[in-house]
Amino acid sequence: MQKKYSWYSLLKAGLSNQEWDKAIPLSKPKSKYDVIIIGGGGHGLATAYYLAKECGITNVAVVEKGYIGGGNTGRNTTIIRSNYLRDEASSLYEHSMRLWEGLSEDLNFNVMFSQRGVYNLGHTLQDMRDIERRVNANVLNGVDAVVVDHKEIKEQIPIINTSKNVRYPIMGASFQARAGVARHDGVAWGFARAASNLGVDIIQNCEVIDIEIEEGRVKGVKTTQGDILADQIGCVSAGHSSVIAKMAGLRLPVESHPLQAFVSEAMKPILHTVVMSNAVHGYVSQSDKGDLVIGAGIDGYNSYAQRGSAKIVEHCAAAILELFPIFSRVRMNRQWGGIVDVCPDACPVISPTKVEGLYFNCGWGTGGFKATPGSGNVFAHTIAQDKQHELAVPFHVDRFTTGALIDEHGAAGVAH
Amino acid sequence: MFLIDCPYCKESRDQNEFSPAGEAFIARPQNPEALSDEEWADYVFYRTNHKGDHWEQWVHTAGCRKYFLVKRSTISHEIIQVSTFGEIDSENAS
Repeated sequence: MQKKYSWYSLLKAGLSNQEWDKAIPLSKPKSKYDVIIIGGGGHGLATAYYLAKECGITNVAVVEKGYIGGGNTGRNTTIIRSNYLRDEASSLYEHSMRLWEGLSEDLNFNVMFSQRGVYNLGHTLQDMRDIERRVNANVLNGVDAVVVDHKEIKEQIPIINTSKNVRYPIMGASFQARAGVARHDGVAWGFARAASNLGVDIIQNCEVIDIEIEEGRVKGVKTTQGDILADQIGCVSAGHSSVIAKMAGLRLPVESHPLQAFVSEAMKPILHTVVMSNAVHGYVSQSDKGDLVIGAGIDGYNSYAQRGSAKIVEHCAAAILELFPIFSRVRMNRQWGGIVDVCPDACPVISPTKVEGLYFNCGWGTGGFKATPGSGNVFAHTIAQDKQHELAVPFHVDRFTTGALIDEHGAAGVAH
Repeated sequence: MFLIDCPYCKESRDQNEFSPAGEAFIARPQNPEALSDEEWADYVFYRTNHKGDHWEQWVHTAGCRKYFLVKRSTISHEIIQVSTFGEIDSENAS
């Protein structure tokens, strides 16, 4: 396996027409690990990587029922930002943003992180008041943010409709310049390869069927590839968190919903930044390939079906067309859904549980992608120390019992 | 997208006319004062989030505006049973 990619290796391979080695080996499970991570999405792979890199725990397995990057990691709209309102949330997402800023170099894998900025539009006076409050909170927390008016938006994005003669005219926006997008499945591959290089086993097509618990402590997992023993287990299974929790006899304060997105045919560059609107409910960016990446909202009903209702797509398309009438003849290429586990306060759970050695990282809802490195980082430290990382403390599952919820619906509840 | 048989209107109508109203059979505690914080949290925030056949509540928002019970697969979205409150409760639901 090629340990390091470089200009030299690229040149050599290019000139010699050599076959590239596999990025990660296809591992079979060993009988015992120090830590098992259930779920080979971005967050799970990042957890394994930081366990190996920063915590010195390399006897780690990531078990994934499908293939890595094939779940929500490859289904989201790749938006990365850290302009959250609450101190607890903005600290966590900003921690993640700082990791994003050095991630390609750190992983020796180009995750195509592009800081092209994100506009969060406001369409009413109340929207603008909320935006100003959030921007002020961001600045106080060391997160870059500015308020821009509709004229500046029009200057930056000439194709946007800032007419007053629409149902929800654009009044202004918050703008985070360091925000942007990244190549979503590349993030999974990058973390997988880097973790694998440090000794982590990445086991695909291996579904966890049961969790073995003895005297209140985890013992291991039963999988479709046999039993595996482990001292500690971290569950990072997004939409299926409740299913895994049930295996350990636990309940979680999350419900699973389908979240839909769609992409257009590839076009010449037309949109150089990311535009989101909570009020009309749509968000759009243009990928490096040229297709418009458009995200819709969740369906209100519970589902594990990876597809949602047409009315959600219709509602989102209407919103995008009001913002960008020029897109009216763009043909859509693909449409899909992912299953997101939503917490009542729109904030994640990064927490130990009543079962010793069992930890959950879930409830990221509609906006987990941006947090991938930060989530993995704090979760790895939480598992390694058997004590929550300081940034994870407010995200203990007990907050639903004590009442110390982190109400991020203002910044996170609708669009992500 | 699916069709729902409203047990009151006795018609099979587009899902767009209905709104989901959460997991069924979550009874408000008889004596909230006596509940521990854990029990209260479980009532307010914790859900079964079942993968498979799931009893839930729907309301016919753009129709009769009545609430009723639906047993629906959260894997295939197939609707297995529709019922009014009273016909079925947590005791006899299968």
